Amino acid sequence: MAQNEKTAGLFDIRNVIGGLMAVYGVVLTLMGAFGDEEGDKTGDVNANLWAGLVLLVVGIVFLAWARMRPVVVDEEAVAEVRREDEHNL
Amino acid sequence: MAAAHVVTLASDTLIDAHAVDYLLIAIYFAFVIGIGVLASRRVSDSVDFFLSGRSLPAWVTGLAFISANLGAVEIMGMSANGAQFGLPSVHYFWIGAIPAMLFLGVVMMPFYYGSKVRSVPEFMRRRFGPGAHLVNAISFAVAQLLIAGINLYLLGSIVHALLGWPLWIALIVAAAIVLSYITLGGLRAAIYNEVLQFFVIVASLAPLTLLGLHRLGGWDGLTDKVKAAADANPKTVAPAADQLNSWPGDALTGFDSSFLSVIGIVFGLGFVLSFGYWTTNFVEVQRAMASDSMASARKTPIIGSFPKMFIPFITIVPGMIAAVLVSEIGKVKAGESVPGGASGDGVQFNDALLYLMRDVLPNGLLGLAITGLLAAFMAGMAANISAFNTVLSYDLIQTYIVKDREDRWYLGIGRWATVAATVIAIFTAGLASNFSNIMNYLQTLFGFFNAPLFATFILGMFWKRMTAAAGWVGLVAGTLSAVIVAFLSEDAFGSWSTGALNLSGQGASFVAASTAFVVDILLSVIVSLVTRPKPSEELVGLVYSETPRANLIDEKEATYPWYRRTVPLAAVSLVLVIILNLLF
Repeated sequence: MAQNEKTAGLFDIRNVIGGLMAVYGVVLTLMGAFGDEEGDKTGDVNANLWAGLVLLVVGIVFLAWARMRPVVVDEEAVAEVRREDEHNL
Repeated sequence: MAAAHVVTLASDTLIDAHAVDYLLIAIYFAFVIGIGVLASRRVSDSVDFFLSGRSLPAWVTGLAFISANLGAVEIMGMSANGAQFGLPSVHYFWIGAIPAMLFLGVVMMPFYYGSKVRSVPEFMRRRFGPGAHLVNAISFAVAQLLIAGINLYLLGSIVHALLGWPLWIALIVAAAIVLSYITLGGLRAAIYNEVLQFFVIVASLAPLTLLGLHRLGGWDGLTDKVKAAADANPKTVAPAADQLNSWPGDALTGFDSSFLSVIGIVFGLGFVLSFGYWTTNFVEVQRAMASDSMASARKTPIIGSFPKMFIPFITIVPGMIAAVLVSEIGKVKAGESVPGGASGDGVQFNDALLYLMRDVLPNGLLGLAITGLLAAFMAGMAANISAFNTVLSYDLIQTYIVKDREDRWYLGIGRWATVAATVIAIFTAGLASNFSNIMNYLQTLFGFFNAPLFATFILGMFWKRMTAAAGWVGLVAGTLSAVIVAFLSEDAFGSWSTGALNLSGQGASFVAASTAFVVDILLSVIVSLVTRPKPSEELVGLVYSETPRANLIDEKEATYPWYRRTVPLAAVSLVLVIILNLLF
């Protein structure tokens, strides 16, 4: 890939989704592992643990997808959006 | 025992949130506000490009498309509907959304894309001139304030449920939170927030549904409990067969005759309300326009229709579970009044989801669920308020009152409009609190505003003879006739309805909407025949028959494999919906 081609990085929506899901996954997994299971509510299922693990997997899949197939910025489209923005403001 | 339990609840907070729940809420808002702040500081010189959505593939715009209306209506309204009526509520999805979404993608989207129409008021102004534009802009602005009130009411009821503050304080606090959300740039990244919201909501409602079903012993356990509850209170609870089969939906419409009920659902909900909502809702249409080509724009609503058809399983089914698992909701359904509730004024069907969360979710998942609800209502209200402020400053003030000022002046007006709209929403939230099932109220409003708009829009688009005078006459008469029907019905207007007509439940709003549609079309045709039409050269791009065919086709699409083309995808979606209708 050429040096001056920029990728979306932090603003790639897959990174935003993946980041949030992964953080939530970690918190819920920890709750499931160390917190009160509250089996009277859940019908004796460790709901936090399972939900946490699923969220962790979903988050990692999104982050990996963004890393493997990054979005490259189309400079021409960026310039067009900026022109429209100036027109609107 | 049960009575003592209820009494303690009334004084205590409904939801017992722990530190971990607040942590999850804080993480979400850190993400959202973080994106907003990064955007306003322009840390990256291409940030506007990403936030405008131009780089987004069809799966993202498709999710944003669904998420833009996965707010108060869908989550609280549909779970309330599920608790009150059971499975017939799925008509709001399988009859009341999917066909209209497919129609939008297949027929309307090429027209919007090719004709450069960018908003409904804009179409009205160019097609019919100032009369219809003024009527439409005013009614749109009023509708946004009323719907913002619904979002604010639900937001306030969650704040009340969490912290136990009186509803009016909760409403003011919630309004202040929304105002700061708008000011901190929360709307700049609207599409990002919507997609994030979608994941948070699914991640919390799916475990809620699964745990609820697990507690009841699966689907069979749920149906057994629904039957038992219906048999125990035959006078107040609809028969189990009505609650467990989607057709003919007598309980939902409140009609005595199954035949009329089916007609009401198909014409009132499926055609007028739903086509009116989806084809004229430019908040939705703009999500699709954000994508990179006409082919993607057409596919957006169609891709959205796939997750949409399964959303009832995480909104309506939890409502049904709440009605048999949560003692408070079960009692409300049996006709008793129970103190407490999210608003503090007594338990309502609207509270079904919050009570189920209280009873089923452990702390942790509970925080995730609260986050999803807060995010959806805040974003929903923020979108209403920003739509209101655009229409007020540009469509009304700039066009009719103070012309030819510089842009900065209108932006200033827009800021004041935002504050004013937030304050007004506190009062319209009071109106919303009069309805124990928020869905009744919302469908009534849609009947007033969307049904006549859809009639005028669709007639003006396909019939070039329709005149400017017909445009505004049809809109005014349509809205008035729907308001009259609502007043004459038993409860479409809450306590203001007179009960002269034997209509109740959501059937009343279906009838009001259908009346508005028919009156609008009839009067438009009559007025058109006695007034002079616009010359056809002024209708290019505004009327279907006057728009060049080449504007309506994306040549590249024919080269894609079938699963990337609009029409085959729409056919798959349609077949799936028919199968779902047969199964339930």
